[in-house]
Amino acid sequence: MTERRRVVVTGLGAITPLGHTVDETWSSALAGTPGGGPITLFDTSDHRCRIAAEVKGFDPDTHFDKKDVRRLDRCSQFTLVAAREAMAHAGLEFEEGSDESWRAGALIGVGFGGMQTFIDEIGVLRDRGPDRASPFGIPKLIANMPSGLVSIEHHLLGPVSCTVTACAASANAIGDAAEIIRRGAADVMVAGGAEAGITDYAVAAFANAKALTGRNDDPVGASRPFDADRDGFLIGEGAAVLVLEERSKAEARGATILAEVAGYGMSADGYHMTLPRPGGMGAAKAMQSALADAGLERVDYINAHGTSTPANDATETAAIKTVFGDEAHSIPVSSTKSMTGHMLGGAGAIEALFSILAMREGILPPTINYETPDPECDLDYVPNEARKADAASAMSNSFGFGGHNVALVLTRD
Amino acid sequence: MDRSAISAKLGELLVNELGLEEDKITEDANFEQDLEVDSLGVVELVMAMEDTFGVKIPDEEAEKIHTVGEAIDLLNGKLNG
Repeated sequence: MTERRRVVVTGLGAITPLGHTVDETWSSALAGTPGGGPITLFDTSDHRCRIAAEVKGFDPDTHFDKKDVRRLDRCSQFTLVAAREAMAHAGLEFEEGSDESWRAGALIGVGFGGMQTFIDEIGVLRDRGPDRASPFGIPKLIANMPSGLVSIEHHLLGPVSCTVTACAASANAIGDAAEIIRRGAADVMVAGGAEAGITDYAVAAFANAKALTGRNDDPVGASRPFDADRDGFLIGEGAAVLVLEERSKAEARGATILAEVAGYGMSADGYHMTLPRPGGMGAAKAMQSALADAGLERVDYINAHGTSTPANDATETAAIKTVFGDEAHSIPVSSTKSMTGHMLGGAGAIEALFSILAMREGILPPTINYETPDPECDLDYVPNEARKADAASAMSNSFGFGGHNVALVLTRD
Repeated sequence: MDRSAISAKLGELLVNELGLEEDKITEDANFEQDLEVDSLGVVELVMAMEDTFGVKIPDEEAEKIHTVGEAIDLLNGKLNG
């Protein structure tokens, strides 16, 4: 049997509530900067939830031709901005139709896709009739268009697809992309996730589902994963993109290898549409599966799903203890959602990106707003301040509505 | 509204609402070849013309619009014909 093809990360891109680039986002995260604020994207006066972690000061006209801005939902705009940064960082360009371009693909996960476009176009249909529905409506809103657009812009003509597993979508995208490279179907995959879900509809519906924080008067303190007074997630938005490559090809071209995608685990709760299975057995199975795939028994850092909902954080803590036993207390666990908010389809990718930078730079991003311990959440959550640490391996957890559990294990080179 | 007023108003629409490049817009400019308006863009253009000028443009008439000048002529015929 031939040795398994190995998958490494050679490029990173991000646009988040903490910054418009990887560097801006990472330095804000290390400084413990909260991304939350009052919602500016729509009028919240009638809304129960009036806060979010928005991507601030984003002007699409500085990134795209005016004609293209009209054809791209905010979700696709974020994706393209992050993908450009990741491709430039990797130092990769493909000539359309070249052998290499057929061996390169894209997999961008989203929870919804072009939600604002869908809302706007339904409004047009209801108010003005079927003759006024935009011909660009469908291509703008469909969930796979971020992947399609990355493929078009960067001439990626191999496997191009889309994962739509709610808040686990971009973790699935990275894991599935790694498997596509492992099995030899591609040598390069541009993988990640995006969301632009801070819309009136999503905020209203998530709030009515009791998923969102009610701390309208305290947007910077609203996302407080693992804290006893957490009361729901702070909705975020943005995109993160990783360039994955088959190791020997990356080494041959002299690329800087940022990390290896060493393990990928998946499971389902099979329990409830939105609630995690009590006790966290599903989440634990995904983590165990990712560890086994990586051939590891423990990791040096965990970037938690840590949504700041009462149910998730206690369940995830229990799952980590199931997997690592007594060692769980010696593994630092942080939730960067305390700063980015919950980027939904973009969450898994930005958190994998944070995990990679934490290993490379030897510093763990904190869980901010951690004030009051919860007896059910008794691990080391890297409270409030970044911490220097020598981490050679990291796990990034992502769980989605529908019961999707995904864990990625990343290792430092 | 005379033909030159229609021309000016259509030019505004092309630049401000459809995001086309102002210096490329001439009466001879072909939407698909010169202004990079694809098939979906033409549908959007016709809808914007209907909204802006308050006219109805059936599909069989819309299919005959290839250049900016033809669009102006069609509107001129409807508004002043």
